[in-house]
Amino acid sequence: MPALDYFRKERLPHIWCPGCGHGAITGALVRAIEKLRIDKNKVVIVSGIGCSSRAVGYLDFDTLHTAHGRALAYATGIKLSRPELHVIVMTGDGDCTAIGGNHFIHAARRNIGITTIIMNNEIYGMTSGQYSPMTPKGMLGTTAPYGNLERPFDLCKLAIASGATYVARGTAYHVPLTIDIIEKALLNPGFSVVEAISGCPTYFGRKNKIGGAVEMLDWIKDSTINVKAAAVLPPEKVAGKVLIGELHSAPEAEYAALYMELIGRVQRRYDDYIGEVRECASNSD
Amino acid sequence: MPEIKNTSRKIVKLMQGNEACTIGALAAGLDFYAGYPITPSTEIAEICAEELPKVGGRFIQMEDEIGSIAAIIGASLTGRKTMTATSGPGFSLMQELIGYAALCEIPIVIVNVMRVGPSTGMPTSTAQGDVMQARWGTHGDHPIIALAPGNVRECFDLTLRAFDLAEKYRVPVIVLTDEVIGHMREKVELPEPRSIHPLKRKAPSSRAGYKPYAADPEGGVPLMAPFGEGYRWHVTGLYHDESGFPTQKPAVADTLIRRLQKKVDLNVDDICEYASESLDDCEVAVVSFGSSAMSALSAVRRARTEGIKAGFLRLKTLWPFPEKVVASLGSHAKRVIVAEMNLGQVALEVERIIGTTSGGRSKVERLGKVNGELFHPEEVFNAIRGNT
Ligand SMILES: Cc1ncc(C[n+]2csc(CCOP(=O)(O)OP(=O)(O)O)c2C)c(N)n1
Repeated sequence: MPALDYFRKERLPHIWCPGCGHGAITGALVRAIEKLRIDKNKVVIVSGIGCSSRAVGYLDFDTLHTAHGRALAYATGIKLSRPELHVIVMTGDGDCTAIGGNHFIHAARRNIGITTIIMNNEIYGMTSGQYSPMTPKGMLGTTAPYGNLERPFDLCKLAIASGATYVARGTAYHVPLTIDIIEKALLNPGFSVVEAISGCPTYFGRKNKIGGAVEMLDWIKDSTINVKAAAVLPPEKVAGKVLIGELHSAPEAEYAALYMELIGRVQRRYDDYIGEVRECASNSD
Repeated sequence: MPEIKNTSRKIVKLMQGNEACTIGALAAGLDFYAGYPITPSTEIAEICAEELPKVGGRFIQMEDEIGSIAAIIGASLTGRKTMTATSGPGFSLMQELIGYAALCEIPIVIVNVMRVGPSTGMPTSTAQGDVMQARWGTHGDHPIIALAPGNVRECFDLTLRAFDLAEKYRVPVIVLTDEVIGHMREKVELPEPRSIHPLKRKAPSSRAGYKPYAADPEGGVPLMAPFGEGYRWHVTGLYHDESGFPTQKPAVADTLIRRLQKKVDLNVDDICEYASESLDDCEVAVVSFGSSAMSALSAVRRARTEGIKAGFLRLKTLWPFPEKVVASLGSHAKRVIVAEMNLGQVALEVERIIGTTSGGRSKVERLGKVNGELFHPEEVFNAIRGNT
């Protein structure tokens, strides 16, 4: 099936600014789903609030655009309810690590089978350019007019420390790599994290005088290095660069599967009051 | 949970309000619970943790109450009957997503076992201070249903009913109990299993052309497809049109919000329930709900034995507010006393209604209590007699 068939074509064109990286990342997700030939009807994509979270409206699956920061908590309900579904979360750096940070670390800790794709444009795009917990120190935002004093998260390290069982980083520039890691993330039964560095020329690029769309992509290219290449380079060549590629893969028992096992152990015959009520209810109409 | 062996004969058990709530939910078909522990609601989570996997349902303890309500909204979208339970601080945290469920028309049930607030307040003491929060806690105009059980058996009945109302109108339903109702033990006779007929969610008949929010603008309720069944529909907390996708069109926005409100407004008679005693000839009426109503009723009965024409009205539905029955008080009662464990939240509604309908013939008196203790019947009796 061509990639475009995974889109709700009638919903296009999208709302993203020219040069925004979110489209390339959404495209990478669709291509990964296509490569794995996952049944469209068995995918639920959940998002929070932000430019990134608007992606779900364009995708032809069951899609859920939730509230700011809460996508993973909604997705947890869906996955635990229907473990057979592929549950994917599309979120932004602010959505996932500021207001949604608690849900993120706990979803990782549980190792619930959700693939989370964070479109990291290092800024609050939707609200027009305030600094986020992923804005590098010293960079400018509308609420960091003198340069950001706060240290950013290393999202992948946070994910690993919290218990995610697959963690990788891609970018809007390195599209084939990003497709590849999303594919692997989708194959991991537990909690998978793909941080996808995106570019926001409108707010981040302009405010920090990086330039437009092309310069933003060059900036992403120049500030990153593949983890495999980094392994064989002298430390001074790697210093200050952001590692991309697969950073962690350690599959473990998935939460919803464990819960289903628990049900298998304790589910009982309907031989008491509740059982009888439920039996009567399911027989009646 | 007390083991309740079956069946087909009378089931009489000593149980707590929180237990009765949970058994009512299970009888309704609850099969997904997410929650975060908080006194005095925690027994509900504990029973769900034990019982739900036994019936193939799911229980999860989330990282906070925002996560809890988010998880039950997600699970409800897959076709499950879902509930969370909490108390004041947790209920405050849930507010944003109560609005989400109301706007997106996702059936959920929230039990709020009220305790003293604001803030951490007095965690193990009773109060009824969340009446207005239940109605208006989330931002924006929205429909809501709130039920207030007045005894342990009613915790069963009204939680069961909360699920039916949530499914029927696709409105979040709040069961407002309080610390006394939740923890009080009473002998309860449960209804015969065959007499219980929980409502099943109406599903659309075909995937082709499914419009998730197509409904009669006059309070119609759209048909809800479960996620994962090939409908491939979109849910958003942005204002949306019939297709479910965002819109900024003023006319569509207006129709949407008015339809949501009409789902409740046009069905007040179906939703509202109350209990009453000696209202017909009463000169002093006491309006109350929840545990306060227990004290109010005994005060009214005592007043009658002492020759005072007192009457009793207990609201089982708080939202939508049972206006008709309250208005009817104004036709004969000269005084209407509102007994509640807050500083006049239900009284505000009663004053509004009596003020506009009784033509000044009856006067509303607020009997509030906010010290964490239940009313003593004496206090209500004194108010009835007029020497507070
Ligand atoms: C509870 C709440 N607080 C604040 C907002 C306002 N808000 C909307 S999007 C957003 C930031 C989104 O940033 P990010 O997640 O980085 O996504 P981006 O738009 O950059 O893709 C904020 C603060 C909101 N919608 N809800």
